[in-house]
Amino acid sequence: MTENEVLLDVKDLKMHFPIGSKSLFGGHKNHIYAVDGVDFQIKKGETLGLVGESGCGKSTTARAVAQLYKPTGGEVILKGKDLTKLKPQELIHARKNMQMVFQDPYASLNPRMTSGDIIAEPMRIYQMKGILEMNKKEMDERVEQLMERVGLSRFFRNRYPHEFSGGQRQRIGIARALALRPELVLCDEPVSALDVSIQAQILNLFKDLQDEFGLTYLFIAHDLAVIQYISTRVAVMYLGTVAEISGSAELYKKPLHPYTQALLSAAPIPDPKIEKERKRIILTGDVPSPDKQRPGCPFYDRCWKHMDKCKDHKPRLREAAPGHEVACFLYHDPD
Amino acid sequence: MTDEVILQVKDLRTYFHVDEGIVKAVDGVSFNLRKGETLGIVGESGSGKSVTNLSIINMIPNPPGRIAGGEVLFMGKDLLKMNIKQLREIRGNKISMIFQDPMTSLNPFLKISTQMVETIVLHQGLDKKAAKEKAIEMLKLAGIPAPEKRIDQYPHQFSGGMRQRVMIAMGLSCNPEILIADEPTSALDVTIQAQILDLMKDLTARLGTAVILITHSLGVVAGMCDNLCVMYAGRVVERGNTGDLFAEPKHPYTQGLIKSVPRLDQANNDRLNSIRGQPPNVIDLPDCCPFYPRCDKAMDVCKRKYPTTTEYGNGRAVACWLYTEAK
Ligand SMILES: Nc1ncnc2c1ncn2[C@@H]1O[C@H](COP(=O)(O)OP(=O)(O)OP(=O)(O)O)[C@@H](O)[C@H]1O
Ligand SMILES: Nc1ncnc2c1ncn2[C@@H]1O[C@H](COP(=O)(O)OP(=O)(O)OP(=O)(O)O)[C@@H](O)[C@H]1O
Ligand SMILES: [Mg+2]
Ligand SMILES: [Mg+2]
Repeated sequence: MTENEVLLDVKDLKMHFPIGSKSLFGGHKNHIYAVDGVDFQIKKGETLGLVGESGCGKSTTARAVAQLYKPTGGEVILKGKDLTKLKPQELIHARKNMQMVFQDPYASLNPRMTSGDIIAEPMRIYQMKGILEMNKKEMDERVEQLMERVGLSRFFRNRYPHEFSGGQRQRIGIARALALRPELVLCDEPVSALDVSIQAQILNLFKDLQDEFGLTYLFIAHDLAVIQYISTRVAVMYLGTVAEISGSAELYKKPLHPYTQALLSAAPIPDPKIEKERKRIILTGDVPSPDKQRPGCPFYDRCWKHMDKCKDHKPRLREAAPGHEVACFLYHDPD
Repeated sequence: MTDEVILQVKDLRTYFHVDEGIVKAVDGVSFNLRKGETLGIVGESGSGKSVTNLSIINMIPNPPGRIAGGEVLFMGKDLLKMNIKQLREIRGNKISMIFQDPMTSLNPFLKISTQMVETIVLHQGLDKKAAKEKAIEMLKLAGIPAPEKRIDQYPHQFSGGMRQRVMIAMGLSCNPEILIADEPTSALDVTIQAQILDLMKDLTARLGTAVILITHSLGVVAGMCDNLCVMYAGRVVERGNTGDLFAEPKHPYTQGLIKSVPRLDQANNDRLNSIRGQPPNVIDLPDCCPFYPRCDKAMDVCKRKYPTTTEYGNGRAVACWLYTEAK
């Protein structure tokens, strides 16, 4: 594989959840438009950070990419194959190459399995399906290797999740995700529930593993500083769409979308000298609920720079500078 | 902020008796709060931040908890020696609290008006009509649009950020001397967090309220607090003026903590400085420095005895053998 190869290409991804009952006239249900036209690419060996406020559709995007949900629309192309069009058997093969790490290290591990079994489970499943050739001894060895690699003593392999701390549980989750040697790891807020001192350990681990195994990450967090630290490129989501996407350094230096600007200015910096001088953009109002589709810009209501055209036309992602795309009419005209 | 100390916490100890042993959740915490000051308490999960503040207003569930020692002097009187009736006059009136999850302190079945008016009538001796006017005025100050209409709604009709505004309005409606805010914005998004912190800062400055702000976010304390207490395993390991403490952290834990947070204003793609290991379990902790297993500068004495506190004047202090020996 070459450096610049696109590993994952997500095109116009949509995930609408039906809610409530059918209307009197049949057919039409209400929907939550959790993800409503998301585009991004991730190149091999890169980390794409996905950031945005609660409910903007980050987890749903990751789950739809992983095919844990069947997307309402769009394409999820992993190594040239559109996962949304694969037959079940082909999908099982393709998914081996893509694993997830979840936010809550307490809820995401089966409390009745030992850490060793939790880590071995994906291998066992693929072995039973006849996709992976591995005997018991090889599997045990791999589990021990993985445990040592993520910083857990192999002597802990017979312990249960409740016997581990939050950080250690997250290490178990990471070891499990790596068991099948995937190229792409989808990380849904893997450090958000951890204390800062433990968070730094786990972030370092993610980086080391990436260097060692050439992993590609989709990394979700709501902490902008964490995203900046871990990401090569960053996509900022708002209300089910991508507002802006660019190289990490560029995005933090020159945010273009008013929402990105507000988000960056709102995030506190642990330095009293800087905090004293800082001018904040204080947004009014709350994030609107995703239960209806809007004709205009999703950020219209809270945007202090909105113009007439923003009300009825939906801005699409367009390149504003090389490698820097933004969905905002301050930078391009409606089509 | 003035020099008048309104709250003195002296050698506070709060223990929980559980099956596995004694949890020394708070074990010898001391600090002063001055009129109008905003004091931050930071520390990792389980370090005793919430228990410290529940102890201050004498609200520790007993059993399993017990305030095993210390004094909490509010305007000279020890809250730990007061009876229920005396405490009721202080809680929600002179000292009020807001929590991370407003739904734990708002009654979901009562209109906001009922909840606010009740408190104001009880503590301020106003009649119902005047109390409601006061409540509406507070909601307006807290940035709730159309407060005269919203006041008759139920808590679930508000968003998370709006509920936190309501809590702040309620918390400040009796002009308390002290507002204790336990992770008031941790459940909120950054843009909403910025709104709420802005509001708290503005209102408490205007009303001259002293604030104890509990959080695990160094970013939040940097922008909000005059002074800080850093807690670790039930003790205050370092305290002082926020600027001094960030500029020159003394305790190896504080140093590690500050270095381990990635910073928005410093693109830095090297490895983060992390503190190795994990915080200790506070059950049956021996009398050593609880940080020594994670400390790069640990000495022999750290394993044997809890360090004495070295005072530098002006509220600056550190509990670490490195500094005791130097003296
Ligand atoms: N299975 C589902 N059925 C109906 N609605 C859903 C479902 N899953 C998510 N949603 C809704 O879709 C929207 C996006 O949710 P999602 O979990 O993707 O957000 P998020 O960006 O991950 O938020 P957070 O930061 O809180 O994790 C929310 O309004 C959520 O309530
Ligand atoms: N009711 C209780 N019974 C037993 N132990 C308790 C009880 N309440 C608190 N503790 C223990 O006291 C210690 C300190 O808890 P506390 O809630 O003060 O931590 P904290 O610093 O507020 O943490 P967080 O950041 O997670 O809120 C913990 O070890 C906790 O398990
Ligand atoms: Mg999520
Ligand atoms: Mg707490």
